[in-house]
Amino acid sequence: MPRPPRARSLRWQPLLWQGLALAAVGLVITVFVHQARSNLAARHIATGFGFLDQAAPIPISETLLSYTPSVSSYGRAFVIGILNTLKVAIPGCVLATALGTAIGVARLSPIPLLSRLAAIYVEVLRDLPLLLQLLFWYGLFQNLPAPRQSFRPIAGVFLSNRGVLFPGLLWQPAFAWVLVAALAGLALAIVLARRTALSASRARRLAAFLPLPVLPAAALALFHPAFVIDWPVLRGFNFRGGFVISPEYAALATGLVLYTASYIAEIVRGGLVSIAQGQWEAGAALGLSRGAVLRLVVLPQALRLIIPPLTSQYLNLVKNSSLAVAIGYQDVVSIADTMLNQTGQAIEGIALIMAVYLTISLSISVMMNVYNARLARRAR
Amino acid sequence: MPPFLCRPAASPGPARGVFVLVARAIIGCALALLSHGPAQAAGSGSPTLDAVRARGVLSCGVAGNAAGFSLPDSQGVMQGIDAEGCRAIAAAVLGDQRKVKFVPTTTENRFTALQSGEIDVLVRETTWTLGREASLGLEFGVINFYDGTGFMVKKSSGVTSAHDLDGATICVEPGTSTELAIADYFRVNNMKYTPVEIQDLQEIHNAFLSGRCDAYSTDSSALAGFRFTQGAHADDFLLLPELISKEPLGPMVRKGDDKWFDIVRWVSFAQITGEEYGVSSRNIENFTNTTNPDIRRLLGIEGNLGEALGLDNRWAFNILKQVGNTGEVWNRTMAPLGLPRGLNGLWNRGGLMFAPPLR
Amino acid sequence: MRVLRDGRGDMARRFVSPLITLFLSLLLALGAWRFFSWALWHAVWTLPPGSNTDLCRAALGHGACWAVIGEKFRFILFGFYPYAQQWRAALVILCFITLFALSLSQRFWRPSLALIWGSGLVVIAILMWGGVFGLAFVPEDQWGGLPITLLLATLGLAFAFPLAILVALARRAEGLPVIRWLAIAYVELIRGVPLISLLFMASVMLPLFLPNGWNIDKLLRAQLAFVLFAGAYLAEVVRAGLAALPRGQYEGAAALGLSYWQATRLIILPQALRHVIPMLVNTFIGFFKDTSLVLIIGIFDLMTTGRTATMEPAWQGFANEVYLLLAAIYFGFCFTMARISRRLEQRLSAPHHSIEEPA
Repeated sequence: MPRPPRARSLRWQPLLWQGLALAAVGLVITVFVHQARSNLAARHIATGFGFLDQAAPIPISETLLSYTPSVSSYGRAFVIGILNTLKVAIPGCVLATALGTAIGVARLSPIPLLSRLAAIYVEVLRDLPLLLQLLFWYGLFQNLPAPRQSFRPIAGVFLSNRGVLFPGLLWQPAFAWVLVAALAGLALAIVLARRTALSASRARRLAAFLPLPVLPAAALALFHPAFVIDWPVLRGFNFRGGFVISPEYAALATGLVLYTASYIAEIVRGGLVSIAQGQWEAGAALGLSRGAVLRLVVLPQALRLIIPPLTSQYLNLVKNSSLAVAIGYQDVVSIADTMLNQTGQAIEGIALIMAVYLTISLSISVMMNVYNARLARRAR
Repeated sequence: MPPFLCRPAASPGPARGVFVLVARAIIGCALALLSHGPAQAAGSGSPTLDAVRARGVLSCGVAGNAAGFSLPDSQGVMQGIDAEGCRAIAAAVLGDQRKVKFVPTTTENRFTALQSGEIDVLVRETTWTLGREASLGLEFGVINFYDGTGFMVKKSSGVTSAHDLDGATICVEPGTSTELAIADYFRVNNMKYTPVEIQDLQEIHNAFLSGRCDAYSTDSSALAGFRFTQGAHADDFLLLPELISKEPLGPMVRKGDDKWFDIVRWVSFAQITGEEYGVSSRNIENFTNTTNPDIRRLLGIEGNLGEALGLDNRWAFNILKQVGNTGEVWNRTMAPLGLPRGLNGLWNRGGLMFAPPLR
Repeated sequence: MRVLRDGRGDMARRFVSPLITLFLSLLLALGAWRFFSWALWHAVWTLPPGSNTDLCRAALGHGACWAVIGEKFRFILFGFYPYAQQWRAALVILCFITLFALSLSQRFWRPSLALIWGSGLVVIAILMWGGVFGLAFVPEDQWGGLPITLLLATLGLAFAFPLAILVALARRAEGLPVIRWLAIAYVELIRGVPLISLLFMASVMLPLFLPNGWNIDKLLRAQLAFVLFAGAYLAEVVRAGLAALPRGQYEGAAALGLSYWQATRLIILPQALRHVIPMLVNTFIGFFKDTSLVLIIGIFDLMTTGRTATMEPAWQGFANEVYLLLAAIYFGFCFTMARISRRLEQRLSAPHHSIEEPA
């Protein structure tokens, strides 16, 4: 911004204003800290993060780490909360992108009923509060039949008000090594593929992908873990074994995906529409089918316009997952909330929540910026 | 006019420009805000009582979403035993049971609201535990409702005892003492369970009704009330015989204001005493000529017990006239939910409601 | 090869397109059939006066119970507002709608709009609070329902707007690095965390930062959180508007000898804001929906009153009907505003902005 002409003669003015702003912020913080300290002392509330080591009497129904209420620590409960948030956010982003793209493309479909329905979908879902939608989905998933009367679409898969159950592979410690090997293989393949990308020899280019299957296979051969399939069985009240998707998780994921997809659809449509009609026509003139033009000509160009707003939709999805607290999915906010209720340490609890979300938000932004930068470079 | 809006005082004499006005406004605001600090002026010796009187209205924290305890009716009027508790305090302190500001609180912000002085008393079906009284800087005045954690199941499940619940999915409200009681109970009995933790009462009920949970656990009063609401289907549900914890519920106040603490608890005792002597809102006028010295003291015809509390001598008369005795409150709030009086009856009728003598 | 593919594409278009249409029509017809059978043919519209809700309970599952709306709609719309005075709250809703309508029609985009808003807000304040012109005084704690939702959203935007302009200007002030970094920190911090955490902060953390005895009303605290939240998102909208201005405008203003503030007020802002009006409307729609989150901290906005309405034992289990009403109200507001915003966008032919939604 061009400096106002007067400022040139009064060089001390910017300094003064900045000093004042800094002093004001500092003063507010000092007053708050002082006041909070005396209030906490008066209310006998502990400070600091020492409570994270204490036993947490919070029952948690979905845990990715082993956890026993009243025995495991608050810290562990909190980490489980973070994992639960990621567990809904990461698949949520992927599914919302897929669905959103499909609907965005459907809106431009030449079939009138399809494009009209896609438009209605976008309009309705965008104009209703997400909280209301989540409550609706949760009600729907709860009204599935009881375990004994559950739907069984395929043998071993159960659909009931306890969620969706399907057979899973029983986890063996050796699988961890296989996983590590697979990741290492992927990394190696990427590095090799880059090196050989410009190579004239087709064999060399293909060989770069060799580590992808070879490394995990080697790990399998080395550790030869037992493959035991865990079938869900109805015993007593509940299903035992198998892999479960709880109704709370399902409702939250469904709500988030459908809601976010309605925004992504608009972004995708906007991106596609912005590509000049001439591009379509040129593609058609080359004899490409409509799908091929979309895939080969239009999408690569549209992506550059789509990525930045898409990033903010991912961020929104992550932040919106905090509404889990209203439908009983124990994400990081829900657990931190119980934690601060039990310990009274509201400042620490909220600071932890904010730190987690800021970290997630920042990582997504950075990753998408890197991707966007690469895309821009390649397009040039 | 909200207290945060301050107007500059009218300036006497010739105005000396905007600067003076602004400075005055700032100083005026600061002074006005400072005067909102805790009132330590000469008064009853109870900062809370002084604040309530100065405000002319009792700020009472309630749940606002629990049938029987505090829930707005179709006309937006708060109903329930906790709401009546607030009204009784207002009748005693301000002489008018209508002078209550109900502040709906959640399980998270209820204690903060009381600690910060946003509310004068918390009547929110809160369980009296040592941990809470020792660590929060708050204390319980009295018990207004005796309860215990129970389990409700569907009869069709075939479960008849809490010991059959191994492996069950149980619906609970997070952040409550129920949650802790269940965790302990299952650990002690070496059983496993899957909790479904739902913040919202409505959602919990839906979850249980739809079969999302095998059992619904909360205070047994709430369970009985829930079963009653099922009308013709009430018999499909079974309240298991085991009560796995004691849940005495009562109003909370801040520590360090003993006079206010006394008022809150004697308001409750006055209502119990009223029921004991058969003094109700309907017949209270008939007692003005009574010779019974206990009733005469209660109604402030004789002695000055009210003044000793820092209140008007007709404090208990106002409570009983405007709100009624414990029995009347029960009949208005809990009885319609089909709750048996049980432990909440008078001590001489098999209950635990016992008031020290008003002498 | 290519010719073949093209031919296949043509075939697909000729056969697949009607098939998809047929399939979708069938799906639609089935959905509509099931919905209307529930909502119309098997619905219970009213209950005989004085009866209980058994008639509705019998229809549960296959027919809607619209009687719950008849019984509860006033509570849902107006919350705790005194029953006899609810016409005032209804007028307030009308006032808001009128103000929205005026602001969205281009004919009224002139300085007098500020005057209209000012007087509109005064009328709203008089109607809500009362205490003058013979209207009974109604304190803030008795407000609820739709007026709260509208107030939170509108006042949130109104107070956030000046804040947002300052922050947006600060963020572009290259000569003032400290102020610039403060602005960036504020915007990124708020946009990086969910609204819920800000609401929790206002609900349980803010009281810890205030001296004992000072308290800010819960509603005001939530409003504060909203202003902070909205400020950060609006600042980005305003910044987009500033960025869209050609550099010549700044240089022209400087050439006229205008000071920084004169140039900003007279030249830069009027143009920049005009550019982003559709974006502003979209942001407002986002806030309007987001006000529903105050449910989590126990403020009785439209969403909370709707959910509380079916907690009374007699009416438990009829939440879907109430959700439909809530959905209709939210949809009505958001859809209308979205439509108008799109028309404005076309008319102002603003550059194609990606609309960022607050979360």
